[in-house]
Parts: sequence; structure tokens; C-alpha cells
Amino acid sequence: MLEKTGVPTKEELKRFIPSKKRRCEGPYAMIECFEEIPCDPCYAACPFKAVKEFVNINDLPEIDFDRCTGCGLCVSECPGLAIFLIDETVGNNQASISMPYEFQPLPEKGESVLAVDREGNIVGEVIVDEVKISGRKAKTPMVTILVPLNQVMDIRHFYLKRLNERR
Amino acid sequence: MKDTQVLVVGGGPAGLMAALAASNLGACVTLIDRQETLGGQLIKQTHKFFGTYKEQAGVRGIDIATRLSEEIKSSENGNLKTIQGGEVVAFYPDCTIIYSHNQTLKKIRYDRVIFATGASERMLLFPGNDLPGVYAAGAIQTLMNVNGVLPGDTYLMVGAGNIGLIVSYQLLQAGARVICVLDAMPKIGGYLVHASKIRRMGIPIYLRHTILEARGENKVEEAVITALDNNLRPVPGTEKVLKVDVISLAVGLNPLGELLEQCGLKFVYIPELGGFVPFHDEFMRTSRKEIFVVGDLAGVEEATTAMLQGRLAGLVAAQDIGYIRDGVDREIERILESLSKYRAGPKSFKIKEGISKLKTNDKQSVIEGFKYA
Repeated sequence: MLEKTGVPTKEELKRFIPSKKRRCEGPYAMIECFEEIPCDPCYAACPFKAVKEFVNINDLPEIDFDRCTGCGLCVSECPGLAIFLIDETVGNNQASISMPYEFQPLPEKGESVLAVDREGNIVGEVIVDEVKISGRKAKTPMVTILVPLNQVMDIRHFYLKRLNERR
Repeated sequence: MKDTQVLVVGGGPAGLMAALAASNLGACVTLIDRQETLGGQLIKQTHKFFGTYKEQAGVRGIDIATRLSEEIKSSENGNLKTIQGGEVVAFYPDCTIIYSHNQTLKKIRYDRVIFATGASERMLLFPGNDLPGVYAAGAIQTLMNVNGVLPGDTYLMVGAGNIGLIVSYQLLQAGARVICVLDAMPKIGGYLVHASKIRRMGIPIYLRHTILEARGENKVEEAVITALDNNLRPVPGTEKVLKVDVISLAVGLNPLGELLEQCGLKFVYIPELGGFVPFHDEFMRTSRKEIFVVGDLAGVEEATTAMLQGRLAGLVAAQDIGYIRDGVDREIERILESLSKYRAGPKSFKIKEGISKLKTNDKQSVIEGFKYA
């Protein structure tokens, strides 16, 4: 389906979601990369070797969630903007999602923004928790939003309210 | 008397790497490019590159251009000379080219020449395609990212290959509206991570769709699109009228080989490589031993492999002239290995098919001399 829609199905996502137990233990990287393309920065960027070394540079990434500390270094290195840092242990029935955000203007901490799913549908209003610029080879803004825990697997982007009228 | 040992025509990723590789081996190199800024298409590529992290993966295209241009500048005054704003206009079989620079014509004689002239964007036939507002996607990318000009507000993108997907994303970054991306094929042609990025931004991708017509008084005001059946015929009743002021065409590239035809070089027609390409071997050498082709001219692919091909041809050309150094053969081997590793994935199926046709070189696909003959 993904190759026809650009949107992964729940089934396709499974391979990148850690076990229930691991999800309760702290932050982890979710790599939404489903196509064999020649690319290895996620492996190279991880200081904990949580992404297995590629035999063929076209291999799909394979992540060892016991090694992943949720440091988030890979998020700004992925050229495909396909890695999300997820923390389901922030409490208050919320989760945090950190994502690369290559748009101007950047949101501000505390700003209310419109959360969207993988198809761009607005699914609620959420609060921006952190904005930072990172990336070793190319500066990439990374924005963390706080989302309802039950939407943590659906929300993958956001629109600024102040720009949304234009859409 | 030769003016230079290795002449490189075109200062994009392939040409820059060729010039650097040959001059690092010691050859006297002249690099000529018709633009005032080196880097070719890299200078408008604001997205991060895929590939090997040890090399250029994760770096934005424009930063690769800056890095390579700086390397070129630091080798200048030594054995590397660049001519910017110079356009090669004629090519003769006796190792001579004529270029135009500051409104005069000048001549360069060389021992080896590496052509890295790239490719040009394809047009699509439909009524109204001559209206202002119909653009090639790469042209929009140049206007937007190099010149800071957005040619319109509301866009239709035709083509879901990498260029169509990336330019759609960059249009969104620039604050434009993209109504949809459409493609006649049944699958998304570009990298799916690029597709996912624009889907998150709410842009639909319609496969098995095409544009029927552009409408407008003096400029594009509407685009008529339609669904296609499996034989690529429009399905009656599925037409939709979109209010757009720009129609962006990202429907493929043709290798730019016109210059090489001037000296009767052997061309082959290989659709997987983009159409007519100069015949060449795995070291990028053509049917004439002094002429090499690299990058999109040798087969439309992308910048990472173009850079590898450039390095390869640069080293081989310098070796030809007599610049032999320990370890260069090993380096050449490593580049060939990198190329085959890079192409080991399913997305490179087409290019590999094209290269194998080049090797088998069957009679039907080979056209000698002028392609329009």
C-alpha cells in the first residue's frame, strides 16, 4: 500500500514499534523507513549501536530497542526525515513526539499547534514542549510536541495555527 | 601544443569530482562551466542527501556544492584552472573545443576530455502547454531556491518521481500551495520517505492520473486532470478541473549529449538510461579513447553516483596521460565497488538494466553518429 499512497499501514509500521514493555520504560526512536534505498546515516549516527550495521547499504534499518537510549541523535541525521523520538513515559496520560521540522517560522515552546496524522489530517491541538536545532552534518530543527497517549502512533507532524488559514 | 591535459566540461557534482581527482593526481586540468556559480544542480538542492554517512549522506546538496567549490578554489593557481561563465559551443575530433566567454570565442586543445553536461528536463504534450505558468519542476526549484522567486501561489505537480516529490516539499517550505501530485504510473516512482513527507503535509498523490489540458486567458488559470486506465487511456467522466496558476512538470530527464554528436561519437538508445547516451565502458570511456562521459549525460541517475563516476573518470584520464601513483588502481577498484554497492537495492533496478544493455551492446540499440540522422 505504501508504494501507492506514501502512507504506511498499521501492519507495515509494526516492525518499527518496540514491545509493550519497552514502550513503558522510556524514550525510543521509531524509524519509519520501509524501502530499500542506499542510505546509512541512522546506523552511523547512533553512539549506542542500536541500529544494526548494514551488510548492504540498501538494507532496511533494524533497531535493537534494548540498546536504544532515546537520545534522539538519529532524528536530525536521517535524510528522509523518517525518524521520530517517542516517549510514552512523560505521564499525565500524554506522550512526547520529537520530529524534524524544516519550516519557517519555527513554533515557540508552549505554543498550541494543530497535530496532524500521516495523511495530513488535523487530529487535535497540542502543545510544543521544546524546539532545538541539531544535526552534525546539516542543521535541522527538532520540535517536541506533547500529544494524548492514545494518539502517539498516529500524530506525525503539525501545522502552525497562525499559518493554517492559508492552506 | 596542448592547452590543458584534462578538460572537464560541466561543473556539477560529476564534473567537480572529475576535475579534483585528475588534478590531485598531478594532471593539468581545466574545468569549464557556463554558470557563474559552480555546483550545477547541487546549488538548488536544499534537502539532505542519502548515501554513505562516511561520504556525503546527511549533507544538504547546496553544502556539498560549497564544499567542492572550496576544494576547487584551493587547487586553483596550481595545476587546476576554472573558466566560469564559459559555454562550450563546438567540439572537433582533433581534441579541440571552442567555447564562448565574455562574448568572444576561444579554443582549448586537450589530451583528454571529460564531459559532465548533465541532462535537460522533459516536456509533456497537452493543449495549453505553451501558456505562461507551465514550468519544468527543476526550473521552479532554481527560481525558488537560487533566485528567491516563487513563480506562483498554487501548484499542480505532474510526476511522483524524486524531483516531483522533492520540489513539492520545497514549494511547501517556501509557503506555496500544492494541490496534488499526479503520476501516470501505478506506483510512486520516487523515494517513499519523500512521499511520506508531503503526505504528512496534506498533499494527495494521485496515481494513474495525468494532465489533459491547461486552460487560461493569457496564463495558466486551470488544469484539467483525468484518471487513466491500465493501458494509460483517459477514463471518461473522471476529469477534474483544478484552479492553479502553475503547472509543474517533473516527467523525467534527457541526457545532454548534443555537443558529443558533433564529432560523430557512437550513441546508444537505452530508455533505462534516459534515452540516447554516448556509448561508454565501466570506466566511463566512450568509443573514442580521449573522451569520457560522467553523471546524467552517461545515464540519468543521481548526484551520489555522478560524483563517483566523476572521480573514476578523473583518475583514469590522468593515468592515461602518465600520472601514475601507487594505490590509484586500488582506489579505482574501490570506486567501482562503491558504485555496485550503491546500486544493489531494488530502486536501482532500472539503471542496472540500462548498464547491462550498454555492456551487451546489441545491434538494435546501437546508433552510430548523429542521433537524428
